[in-house]
Amino acid sequence: MTNLLNTILVIVLMLNLFALGTSRIVSVIRTVAAQGALLSLLPLLLHEHLTLAAALTVVPTFALKGIIIPGMMIHALRDVKIKREVEPLIGLQPSVILGALATVFALLFADQLPLTDAHSGALIVPTAIATVLAGFILLTTRFKALTQVVGYLVLENGIFIFGMLLVEAMPLVVEMGVLLDLFVGIFVICIIVNQINQAFASMDTRRLVSLKE
Amino acid sequence: MFLDLTILAIVLAAASGLPGLFLARSSVRGERIAAWLMAGGALTGLVCAAVTVLGGGQPTAFFPWPAAGNAVVGLDALSAFFLVPVFLVGGLGPLYGLGYWPQRLHTSNGRKLRLFWGLLVAGMALLVISRHAMAFLLGWEIMALSAFFLVATEDHREESRRASWVYLVATHVGTLTLFGLFALWRHTTGSYALEPVGQDTLSLGTLHLLFFLALLGFGLKAGVMPLHFWLPGAHASAPCHVSAMLSGVVLKMGIYGLVRWLSLLPSPPAAWGSIILALGAVSGLLGVVFAIGQHDLKRLLAYHSVENIGIILLGLGVAMLGRSSGHPEWVALGLAGGLLHVWNHSFFKSLLFFCAGAVVHGAHTRQIDRMGGMAKAMPWTAACFLVGAVAICGLPPLNGFVSEWFVYLGLLKTALSGGTAAMVGVPVLAMVGALAVACFVKVYGTVFLGEPRTRAAGHAREAPLSMRLPMLALGACCALIGLAPVLVGPVLDATTACWLADAGAETVRLGHIAPLGVISVLAFSLTACVAGVMVFLGRPALASRAGPTWDCGYARPTGRMQYTASSFAQTIVLFFNRVLQPHGRRPRVVGLFPPPAHLHSHVDDAVLDRVLLPAGHRIEGWFNWFHRFQRGLTQHYVFYILLTLLALLCTLFPFKAHLAQWFAR
Repeated sequence: MTNLLNTILVIVLMLNLFALGTSRIVSVIRTVAAQGALLSLLPLLLHEHLTLAAALTVVPTFALKGIIIPGMMIHALRDVKIKREVEPLIGLQPSVILGALATVFALLFADQLPLTDAHSGALIVPTAIATVLAGFILLTTRFKALTQVVGYLVLENGIFIFGMLLVEAMPLVVEMGVLLDLFVGIFVICIIVNQINQAFASMDTRRLVSLKE
Repeated sequence: MFLDLTILAIVLAAASGLPGLFLARSSVRGERIAAWLMAGGALTGLVCAAVTVLGGGQPTAFFPWPAAGNAVVGLDALSAFFLVPVFLVGGLGPLYGLGYWPQRLHTSNGRKLRLFWGLLVAGMALLVISRHAMAFLLGWEIMALSAFFLVATEDHREESRRASWVYLVATHVGTLTLFGLFALWRHTTGSYALEPVGQDTLSLGTLHLLFFLALLGFGLKAGVMPLHFWLPGAHASAPCHVSAMLSGVVLKMGIYGLVRWLSLLPSPPAAWGSIILALGAVSGLLGVVFAIGQHDLKRLLAYHSVENIGIILLGLGVAMLGRSSGHPEWVALGLAGGLLHVWNHSFFKSLLFFCAGAVVHGAHTRQIDRMGGMAKAMPWTAACFLVGAVAICGLPPLNGFVSEWFVYLGLLKTALSGGTAAMVGVPVLAMVGALAVACFVKVYGTVFLGEPRTRAAGHAREAPLSMRLPMLALGACCALIGLAPVLVGPVLDATTACWLADAGAETVRLGHIAPLGVISVLAFSLTACVAGVMVFLGRPALASRAGPTWDCGYARPTGRMQYTASSFAQTIVLFFNRVLQPHGRRPRVVGLFPPPAHLHSHVDDAVLDRVLLPAGHRIEGWFNWFHRFQRGLTQHYVFYILLTLLALLCTLFPFKAHLAQWFAR
């Protein structure tokens, strides 16, 4: 079980780096969709005895993270007719290197944390931290509104992995509430993206500075 | 039962604007429904207040409020006394609004105005009847926020937005102070109930702290002189019936809070009375002086509110001096004068604002110097304004005279029998009265007499009946109190008894120390004299000499050549040059045929324009460097979050153990 789990988590880590290193927005969205779909399987692998709550979270999570949200984003992308992130704040290779450094930091750091025995073997905590950091890197270095949304998704994936540690303690409704929040948030942003494009004739979030007081 | 009826009145008031929200913007039914509901609520409330103030009795009711214990509301004479202006002006306002702010002309903001009007009345009535700090604050905040939305009724105008923000800042500073006040009260007495406490519950330091917090918090609302800065702008830019409500009633809630609070605090030190007296003297004098310097009719009336609050505080100060030194007749006269002036001011100031609304509506300007000759076009409004002006100047035979007379009597009695602090009050009050007369001669002469100075002023029409009825009702109230002060004697006795009952001191009947009957006789004979003179002057032989009001021997006179309000006030403004500091552009006229020139003068507000705004700009300048971190880029803000997160994570990292491990031998 732990082997399969760790394999999935390593793939998640690699998908992080891939998302940081590619410039085509469609592939970034697909990468994150794949990451979300993989993560939605985690509850099945994490615990010896499959609980009903864990099983129930899998289906909507898979549908939302793997299919619906990426679908909405690709749809929004088609509407605003852009393909590439042309000018990130730092280049793609430095982003990948930063992401790798963040992963190393996460692995080192997770060793120092006082974890229970059940969790210390698996890669759950370092993957979570690394994914959160990757999300932050995406958020701070990309300027297109849609890649920012991707950054939020990666960040949320990291938090989702953390949440896996608590899936037995947390009620199902909290999990579902978080998913609903995410869905509504992305839904609204996809609409706003179109509006930004119309109002500023660009998807560059730096143009929004003119709204500042 | 009357308490239940009062609560019903509050509910009716709060609901008065709601039906209009569900009707079409173009529908005029909403405003009629609001006026009827408000009138019903107001009548119910007034009946309850009248019965309570005359019949006594202190019923209380409980509302469960899990967070703060049970919220208690109750109706005693003091509450009932303050309910009267709330419901009177609150009920007349929507009627006036039918003509002044009709829905068909104000489709965008008429419904909003009526909704918040109802809420404002409900909030004030709630705070007046509450006996519990939390319920009081609830009413206070409902009042403050609805007043904010009412001031911002015309929020498409920059001036209104600015005035409403200044008001919001001021009122929230006041609310913050009240939070402190009630928290301290809860801490020292152990409950939120607003009930008098025993002599030895509070230490002297706490007592002083409670007093000064109350003075600051309630003084901001009442518009006491250094804290009045929100008042002129808010009154000037609100619609006129809202200004009437703000000036006539909302300011009085500050006075109510102070009066109620002082009745709760045991054994007041003598200094409190002197402080209130001094504040009253400053507000009264500076209020009227600043009023004289104004060119804007509504700003002028707003500064007169500061002046009248000063007169009320003079009365309250005398009462406090009497309470701390054990002179019940000082208390009776001072409190009766102050409280009666609360009523009077709410009547005549609302009347004046209603008339000002009609005038401004007709002349399409608030500048006094651009009006003129309005009495010919609007005789009813002119007569009502005259009644209000005579009343506010404290001249017999109207109500302002009666209350100022009580304050005079109280001040004199105090000054003669040992209260030296009251010595200042008498000349100040006399000066305030004289300056108020000068100010209203200026206003009435410029606005209503002479010839129109602009085309718009010449085309003004008399206000419709729905606007005249409220003015006549308020004018009748002014005349009634002025001619028959005996009628209000029992009301004032009951209210004073209620105020002192909490403090546990004996009372004196007002009729025994003030000549109420003599005032009536004098007032009636003066009215008869004036009526006789008017009949004499109105004889056909005299009236036939008709001609232009102003001619002065010029071949082609125009209305713009008339004596202006600014020139009338010039002498007094120059006399108070140091305080008013008028500034403006003054052209030099040279040569025999000088080119056209413009004269412009302006008097800044003493606190807002000279202290608060410069201080605000200075503080803004100090924190300019912070803009470097606030660029408006989302990426930067996310980066700050990342840095914080990393810093927090690093606190978990056992650096010390690692270092020790590395450098160990």
